[in-house]
Amino acid sequence: MADGTTEFEMPRSGSNVSLAERAYRIRRHAVRMGEVQGQGYVGQALGIADVLAVAYFHALRYRPDETLWEKRDRFLLSIGHYAIALYAALIEAGVLPEEELETYGTDDSRMPMSGMAAYTPGMEITGGSLGQGLGIAVGMCLGLKRKRSDSFVYNLLSDGELGEGSTWEAAMSAAHHKLDNLIAIVDFNNQQADGPSTATLSSEPVTGKFEAFGWHAQRVDGNDIEAVRAAFDIARDLKETRPRIIVCDTRMAKGVPFLEAREITHFIRVEPDEWTLALEALEKGRPQ
Amino acid sequence: MRLSKFEPRQAVIAGERKTTSAMIASIAPDGIPTRSAPFGHTLARLAHHRNGIVGLTADLAKYTDLHVFAQEHPDRFYQMGMAEQVLMSAAAGMAREGFTPFATTYAVFASRRAYDFICMAIAEEKLDVKIVCALPGLTTGYGPSHQATEDIAIFRGMPNLTIIDPCDAIDIEQATEAIADHKGPVYMRLLRGKVPVVLDGYDYRFEIGKARLLREGADVLFISSGLMTMRVLEAAKALESDRIGCAVLHVPTIKPLDAETILTAARRTGRMVVVAENHTLIGGLGEGVAALLMREGMSPVFRQIALPDEFLDAGALPTLHDRYGISTAEVARRVREWTK
Repeated sequence: MADGTTEFEMPRSGSNVSLAERAYRIRRHAVRMGEVQGQGYVGQALGIADVLAVAYFHALRYRPDETLWEKRDRFLLSIGHYAIALYAALIEAGVLPEEELETYGTDDSRMPMSGMAAYTPGMEITGGSLGQGLGIAVGMCLGLKRKRSDSFVYNLLSDGELGEGSTWEAAMSAAHHKLDNLIAIVDFNNQQADGPSTATLSSEPVTGKFEAFGWHAQRVDGNDIEAVRAAFDIARDLKETRPRIIVCDTRMAKGVPFLEAREITHFIRVEPDEWTLALEALEKGRPQ
Repeated sequence: MRLSKFEPRQAVIAGERKTTSAMIASIAPDGIPTRSAPFGHTLARLAHHRNGIVGLTADLAKYTDLHVFAQEHPDRFYQMGMAEQVLMSAAAGMAREGFTPFATTYAVFASRRAYDFICMAIAEEKLDVKIVCALPGLTTGYGPSHQATEDIAIFRGMPNLTIIDPCDAIDIEQATEAIADHKGPVYMRLLRGKVPVVLDGYDYRFEIGKARLLREGADVLFISSGLMTMRVLEAAKALESDRIGCAVLHVPTIKPLDAETILTAARRTGRMVVVAENHTLIGGLGEGVAALLMREGMSPVFRQIALPDEFLDAGALPTLHDRYGISTAEVARRVREWTK
């Protein structure tokens, strides 16, 4: 691509689609999965859709039809409950067929409610037990360096997950081993199971902590696609032998105003008749 | 509340002083032949022709014999610091990239602290990580913080995990090679430092999942693993003079259990079955064998030689092994009692 940061190995036919349109479609896939299952972490999926659009349609190097391609960038989802969001992105990326979204969360589906490596092509690790992804990323980065690979490892964490002590073992380790092929992304939606994450176990100041650990840290509005894209480019192009982190402040349920306005909780309740309304709301906000 | 479990002592009686056995204590009695760091030397040798092997440790290379590997293959050694959670998850990550990581620490830290990481990052994914841990059971006098008396109980419930409890230097050397070849996650208990050589006197070959009958005997069938196989072999010799014939079935693979060999040995009627393990009597080899026998409708006279369900004392290993019944003398004494 013109900016030299991305090397897609996917059909070029979709390459003139804007990132905003990709984000819209990721949101739509997620809401449709929620509709099928009648539940799901739709709030998180809507919130992180812009970040995933940038990851899968700007930053990552991958082949949709060869998910274990050795030269791919690895994208690790620590937060297993965000699977609905990643499935939506993988559908949009052509890794999973769109019609399969109707199986989301059903028995024997390749798309279980919590992301697991053995179930889904493109799901690199089994998440769900939070605080494991960053440590696995450390090992993969060490392994890639042994193989003299230029692939990056991305790890999407949540703000609540930063409460796990193992995240900080991994943070120390990544800096110690100078893992400049590691890019961590934190979805900072200030929400975890029991309430706002800043009121549950505050990780603030997040960037200050990671900087003190020896990381290059950025913080951006995670629903501002241009800002997210710029941050991904900086993280990738940085000529420092340090791991990188991008803290993305996101808004739960972004793109569906009536859900955004609802009292925000970890598991947003959506009434059966509201899924259609949600799809309509998304359509209204669809980029022209 | 009592401030100490012991009474105040003014002095140690002359001649009785035994010092606390350090973490690097050898379990070898005086006079027995030993080999130094069998695990470290074997791994270093294997790594010359197996390029995928890497070594990781959590600040315990010297205490798990991994330093031998580190010296010989410095670029393939990863010091992860005192951080067992990232030790295990990073090992998982390296296995994902096609390597065969050997991750070492103490058994207490792997089992108690890093359990979830071994479970979800390694075992659930059937990754090729070999977890090799020193100080299994009662092999240090430092007290409960370092005595992994329940590691097997903790790990036996974990699907996909192979569990190895080798007896001596020969067993460790052969097991190290076998687990390097084996596809999938393994937990191996490690005796380190100067490790006794015992099994050279027997027609023995380690094989994952196989139990081996080391000697025959008409009255007692010892079923044992780890260093307790050394102890029951010695006890069996001592019991000859009491005309108590003891067979010894060594079971170095705790999971999966070699049901066929165990049942074949136990089917020989009239023998008392004595399971001996360097582990709490809860959830280890003893309970595994008992359940196996019951499932098969067998009910021999059954006894366990194992550590009590307690946090154990600090002190000198010989004292503690006597106190908790896993010394050779204690094994022989109890078998004499049981066979009266």
